[in-house]
Amino acid sequence: MMSEQFEPVIIGFTCNWCSYRAADMAGTARIKYPPNVRLIRLMCSGRLDPTFVLKALSRGADGVLITGCHPGECHYLEQNYKALRRYRLLKRTIAQLGIEPDRVKLVWASAAEGVQLAREITTFVEEIRELGPLHWPTSMARPQAEQSVVLEEVAA
Amino acid sequence: MNKYLFYPGCSMQKNASSYLDSLMAIRADLGIGLEEIEDWNCCGATEYWSVHQLKAHALVGRNLALAEKQTNGTNTVVAGCSACYLNLAKTANYMKDDKVLRDRIEDALAAGGLHYTPGSLEIRHLLDIVYNDVGLETIKSKVVRPLTGLRIAPYYGCMIVRPDKDNRYGNPEYPMALDYLLEALGAKVIDFPQKTHCCSGHMTQISPDVAYELMHRLISGADRYEADMMVTLCPMCQLNLDAYQGDMNDYMGTDYQMPCLYFTQLIGLAFGYAPAELGIGKEFVDARPALAKIGVEVPEDVEVQKRKPRRRKKEEGLPMPRMGEEDGR
Amino acid sequence: MSKEQNQPQNDKERVGVYICHCGSNIAGVVDVEDVAVWAKEELADEGVVVSRDYKFMCSSLGQEMIENDIKEQGLTRVVVAACSPHLHEQTFRTACGRAGLNPYLSELVSIREQVSWVTTDKQMATEKAKAMVAGGVERVIENEPLEPLRVPIHPATLVVGGGIAGIQAALEIADAGNQVYLVEREPSIGGHMAQFDKTFPTLDCAACILTPRMVSVGEHPNIELLTWSEVERVDGYVGNFSVTVRKRPRYIDVDLCTGCGICWEKCPKKVIDEVFEEGIGYRTAVYTPFPQAVPKYPVIDAETCIYFQNGKCRACEKLCPTGAIKFDQEEEILLLDVGNIIIATGFETFDARRIPEYGYGRLANVFTSVEFERMCNAAGPTEGEIVLRDGVTKPESVGIVHCVGSRDRNYNNYCSVICCMSSLKFAHLVKERTGAEVYNFYIDMRTAYKDYDEFYQRVMEEGVLFVRGRVAEITDATRNPGEEGKLVIQVEDTLAGRQRRIPVDMAVLAVGLQPRSDTKELTKKFGISCSAAGWITEKHPKLDPVATMTEGIFIAGAVQGPKDIPTSVAQGAAAAARVLSRISMGEISLEPVRATVDEAKCSGCRICNNLCPFNAIIFHEDRMVTEINHALCQGCGTCVAACPAGAISGTGFSNEQIMAQIDGLLAFSFPQNGDLVEMVPV
Repeated sequence: MMSEQFEPVIIGFTCNWCSYRAADMAGTARIKYPPNVRLIRLMCSGRLDPTFVLKALSRGADGVLITGCHPGECHYLEQNYKALRRYRLLKRTIAQLGIEPDRVKLVWASAAEGVQLAREITTFVEEIRELGPLHWPTSMARPQAEQSVVLEEVAA
Repeated sequence: MNKYLFYPGCSMQKNASSYLDSLMAIRADLGIGLEEIEDWNCCGATEYWSVHQLKAHALVGRNLALAEKQTNGTNTVVAGCSACYLNLAKTANYMKDDKVLRDRIEDALAAGGLHYTPGSLEIRHLLDIVYNDVGLETIKSKVVRPLTGLRIAPYYGCMIVRPDKDNRYGNPEYPMALDYLLEALGAKVIDFPQKTHCCSGHMTQISPDVAYELMHRLISGADRYEADMMVTLCPMCQLNLDAYQGDMNDYMGTDYQMPCLYFTQLIGLAFGYAPAELGIGKEFVDARPALAKIGVEVPEDVEVQKRKPRRRKKEEGLPMPRMGEEDGR
Repeated sequence: MSKEQNQPQNDKERVGVYICHCGSNIAGVVDVEDVAVWAKEELADEGVVVSRDYKFMCSSLGQEMIENDIKEQGLTRVVVAACSPHLHEQTFRTACGRAGLNPYLSELVSIREQVSWVTTDKQMATEKAKAMVAGGVERVIENEPLEPLRVPIHPATLVVGGGIAGIQAALEIADAGNQVYLVEREPSIGGHMAQFDKTFPTLDCAACILTPRMVSVGEHPNIELLTWSEVERVDGYVGNFSVTVRKRPRYIDVDLCTGCGICWEKCPKKVIDEVFEEGIGYRTAVYTPFPQAVPKYPVIDAETCIYFQNGKCRACEKLCPTGAIKFDQEEEILLLDVGNIIIATGFETFDARRIPEYGYGRLANVFTSVEFERMCNAAGPTEGEIVLRDGVTKPESVGIVHCVGSRDRNYNNYCSVICCMSSLKFAHLVKERTGAEVYNFYIDMRTAYKDYDEFYQRVMEEGVLFVRGRVAEITDATRNPGEEGKLVIQVEDTLAGRQRRIPVDMAVLAVGLQPRSDTKELTKKFGISCSAAGWITEKHPKLDPVATMTEGIFIAGAVQGPKDIPTSVAQGAAAAARVLSRISMGEISLEPVRATVDEAKCSGCRICNNLCPFNAIIFHEDRMVTEINHALCQGCGTCVAACPAGAISGTGFSNEQIMAQIDGLLAFSFPQNGDLVEMVPV
């Protein structure tokens, strides 16, 4: 049943050890959350290259959710701190690009926190819904090679 | 000099005047500036709250609004009476969290041309200020007349630790702030397990037999540990334990003579002030005989009791657990 | 571009897509046939040549379907849309391998845990499943064939912690003919079990069943016992750990010492023994913690020894018949090469001083369970007599308080598992030795395992009184006649529905179990993790309790969570079995998720150098380039993301793969007016 309201599309990055398992746990426990988030599995939140976020936004995502293990619990010991550092800088960068910084959000979730992750996803979907669609200007007609040049310029 | 807004409350002005007098005497030594809130009104104590909660909230709200107007380099309100402190703190907190209540109090205040911004004031009790802001080091440095040999039962009363989420006085189940404070004055503080048990509050008016039972537990407890006196920080507690001790004795068939003073009076004595300046002598159960035991000047008409010599217990049997640094001394 | 390297016959890969029904788990919400048809049509341009749906892809028929398609249709990539990769990624990889396709050229997309189980709207679920499949297809095209790394396993094993779990593990591995290093912090092995008197439910004497094992460890030719030692540092990776152990100086020459005991008999310096005697007994400055210590050599505690503090005494040196006292002995640093590590460092107990209303530390006759164990022990400070703090008087009534610091939001939320049984054990011992009145104050009786509930019934029949309620206060402030001179336990008797004040002579607090206070340092040293409560995190709480997420490091015993002796022994044996299987295989294969530096692109900026917690990143000063050691690299990818030149690539999770997946996921938006709208042509 499709409503008239805007349905955001959100890309979520999870880490293999904690937050992806939390998403699995939410599934196993049959906890319902909005289907607007599409999750990508990385080995660690430290793998998150900020260009992934920019790519996602430029390809039509209205928001990006970044998740990982709680500080102190990273499977690779301390890499989530590096993700946190990048995230902070990333928010400031996209603000300067004219994108609402609230479109990118970082939450920590341990493997046991399926309920909490589902709740965070639900909240984030509503937040993005209120912000509205991003409409990052991409021309439909441009071939892919040119598009990636645009992306590099933007990310530099 | 730490500055605070001061809410004396009705008791401190009347039956607990010795609390106020002693506080005024020592405040310069403690380095605290107390600016009384202009035109403050009663906090509602317990009576008004049991009659009409919303009106009582508004009553307190008026005090908060007046205090907010007066903030001048400080946004902390200090109350000496536990009930005043708790009433002020509760209203201030609820106004922050409960929108409905906040709106209704705002309406009431607006009718009087007043306004209070929730969260703009911090409400604290006098013991909190003295222990956490002034600090034991400062107090120790001002002691000229240590209260060595005086055995004191520290009585916190029920209110300041319920609630105490920030552990301002130590563990709320067994606070130690007043204990450490009195030790810093040189006194011997007994381990008083009923330090946070109820003094019976207003049950003296409503149900005296319950009140006497509760008071008896406290006083007999202090007596069992051979305390010379009890020290408290709330006018209600002091009133009950002091003024009603005679009635309690009649009812229970006992003959306790356990004086009950305010902690500010003890601080004043240790700082070298004369008992009369601190309101000592006004209490129903005269504290001066107990003080005479440690050589504090005694007027002619008061009998001096001899101190019982105490035997030191020998260390034997299994060792006790170590209680040292963990307590935060 | 990597695409060119992988070219089969044509321009594009040949992708097979398989949508699993998983019975009705997926098919009940997602229209799986629609997704399969859609994939064939809409993703044909990406290379999808086969698209099927089937009831159970993980079944042998499902797997055969994939294998046949690979062989007959010449598939070069496989995407299965089913359950979570954590369950069946390996299954489908192996199936591809059987059909001759590199296992890493397959992807498992989760449309069950991520879609059908969490979405109510069927249409939106189906559209999300399509998007997930598109993401998987785009990604798999960028996958590269990989080979797992093979790493040799050194046959020696390190066991950290000499309690019952560590002892069990060490013996099993050593009996199989392999070298074991057993490192123990205290002067003797034995752990907490050595402190106990009797063990439940059999009431076996703890020392009697433990000491034969301890002796076996001490005499075993394959076990090198390093007591009074600590692990300082761990380097390396599974199969090839290099461990630095610091052996503290005992100040006793173990080659000369005969264990005669004259030194500690004659030592004039007596101190309270906080560790073994839990603070209610004494030891001397030169001491063995208990008579059956293994090894039997004493140690000198330099902080209390008169000689070390002010140069006097030296009585032990004068009296030792073999001249074994060596005040100038120094610590030794050992470097051990091991293939696997088992951590069995055990637990600590909750500090009862944190609950002041129970009076521990203020009221003389309030004891903790561990103090009480020492009291009951025949070799303890009271020679097994149950007495009050004065050391002489027998109690006539004893109150045992359960759940002290456990099941309590203010302290520890969890249940400590063993306290109900040990409290019942105490009740029995008190009854047996003193005939006193015994009260157990409990919340629930947790006596779940073999013969445990029978033990509970037996103790009930012995006349022990049970009060169901959490104790509010233990005080000496008496109120009623009969309370004078006693401890009063104030409790709400929830079955009787009223408050009770029960006077007793002695109170025993069943303190809960806690992780060791240095757990965080431990986890950092070994590269493992612990939960918020502090227990070491096992690989899977139900199916893999003795492994950790770090290959080659196993755990056993209470370090993983509170447990009793039989379970600790079982875990010690389980960890040993895992290690033995590794040793017998001789080598192990590791997931090829690794980072590699393209030296041509590396400018030597060294931004990546400080990012690796596993010390896998090496900088070559001569060539000014960075290199990554594949064996040490754990594949987190942080350096991959950090390199500003893009010189580091991560196999298994490369930039190309992830960017492609993003493209695929976003290629199709939600339906507007019925049809999926293609947002951006890929």
